[in-house]
Amino acid sequence: MRHIRKNTITAYLFLLPWLIGFFGLVLGPMVSSLYLSFTEYDLLTAPEWVGLQNFIEMFQDSNFWQSVRVTLGFVLIGVPGQLFFALFIALLLNKGLKGIGLYRTVYYIPSLLGGSVAIALLWKNIFGFEGIVNDFLAILGIEGRSWVSHPDYALYTLIILAVWQFGASMVIFLAGLKQIPGELYDASAVDGAGKFSQFKSITIPMLTPVILFNLVIELIKALQVFTPAYIVSEGTGGPSGSTLFYTLLLYQKGFSYFEMGYASAMAWILVLVLATLTALIFFSSKYWVHYENGGS
Amino acid sequence: MTWSLPLRKFLLYAFIIIFGFVMLYPIIWLLASSLKPESLIFSEPGLWPSEFTLENYVKGWNAVGDVTFGLFFKNSFVISIIAVLGNLLTCSMAAFAFSRLDFPLKKVFFSCMLLTIMLPTHVTLVPQYAIFHNLGWINTILPLTVPKLLATDAFFIFLMVQFFRGIPKELDESAIIDGCGPFQIYSRIILPLAEPALLTTAIFTFIWTWDDFFSQLLYLNTVENFTVPLGLRLFLDSQGESLWGAVFAMSVLSLLPIMILFFLFQRQIVEGIATTGVKG
Repeated sequence: MRHIRKNTITAYLFLLPWLIGFFGLVLGPMVSSLYLSFTEYDLLTAPEWVGLQNFIEMFQDSNFWQSVRVTLGFVLIGVPGQLFFALFIALLLNKGLKGIGLYRTVYYIPSLLGGSVAIALLWKNIFGFEGIVNDFLAILGIEGRSWVSHPDYALYTLIILAVWQFGASMVIFLAGLKQIPGELYDASAVDGAGKFSQFKSITIPMLTPVILFNLVIELIKALQVFTPAYIVSEGTGGPSGSTLFYTLLLYQKGFSYFEMGYASAMAWILVLVLATLTALIFFSSKYWVHYENGGS
Repeated sequence: MTWSLPLRKFLLYAFIIIFGFVMLYPIIWLLASSLKPESLIFSEPGLWPSEFTLENYVKGWNAVGDVTFGLFFKNSFVISIIAVLGNLLTCSMAAFAFSRLDFPLKKVFFSCMLLTIMLPTHVTLVPQYAIFHNLGWINTILPLTVPKLLATDAFFIFLMVQFFRGIPKELDESAIIDGCGPFQIYSRIILPLAEPALLTTAIFTFIWTWDDFFSQLLYLNTVENFTVPLGLRLFLDSQGESLWGAVFAMSVLSLLPIMILFFLFQRQIVEGIATTGVKG
């Protein structure tokens, strides 16, 4: 008996830092932010219960809907775009090229560096009026403009930035491609299957679990993008709200206007949307993800 | 139309190389421009500088009034290194408890830990800020480092649990026969054998902390506490005078630690991504 108690104490000693962090910095704050989302709170005075007012205000706020539109546009084009390039290049690199390590590095580097302020600043420059994008367009005889400061184009520069960082997904696809047993291809070749039908009936089905994984991870990441939008728009989400990402609006509400109840409400809506989307993807995966041991 | 095999191979290599060059072009251009005199950056086409200069680096290093970028680098390094050490110690402790020890509520806590991996940080943001505000920690490195000493990066706990489970239990058992307790098993058997998982944790913690703009923007508000990302952001405020040369030079320097880390541990980083899905 005493022996068991001693073991329990030892185990909890190992777990202690995590327990403090979990209750003090994760679970406690989660409950607290749920409460705050029903209050008006500015950090300095005590929160004041206002019921659903933050949510009502939010759903009537054109900025809120603008941020939803911007973020969804970014996610709906950026994530599939990124996965497309990741898969496409992974398939090419998987054709037994010599020096694959080097190419993999080259394609991975944008993804390694892309989240930094440095690259966001670079993007602001290269899609600016004097930027290299316009230099290339000039060669083609197209007159450029400042893409980052035009409301119709600013979001696309950020989508390009996201797609440019397809390297990490590509590395995961490459690992997935290596897992596909070569016998499958040999057997289907004996049956007279051509390259394209092999791709359709072996490569893609065998890769669906990896596609699912990448899709979920990239979706979660894309919904929370902040740095490039903040840098390119200098914190405003402009021009004309065209880069007002959800997290940028949340930051402005919480930490520029100190409407922290409103910011908490926004955070909970984000969690609900994220959980719903993830659940939908996992639910749909029954119909399109192929597992080798026949489901489960 | 079918193309002969050598031609197809050639086209494949050509495409991979040209597209790869296009992918890296912005970064190469950044490096080249940082070495050109300010006046040539936007007027001279092509990459190779006709005239090399380090003036952008000197100008950028000293661009911010009273302090230099050296201070920002020091602040970034201090925060990143504490974060690395904190994650290594506390995540491995939690992972050891979850993978090797038995205790009441283990399953419940393990599920809780897994759930927090997916949780967007925004949902804890305001109350965390309030806590740190009440503790008087705003504008110190504590809000950026103390959470790492409390194993809040659950992803790494999960990574280590997976790895620890692969270490044979027989090793623990023979150590127990030799008179080792849980602390010795943790420090003499598990940790040394878990080097790959610890290395992955260290590398990604460093990269993520080094690049973490959002928390640093939130918690650090005077120039002497600024980190490299915040130092770079200052360039946005300097209206009028063109400082792009200096911006590019400091940008290159800010990416340097990550590039060095990448080339030192390329294999581990690529394997880490491939086997666990950590993102760079």
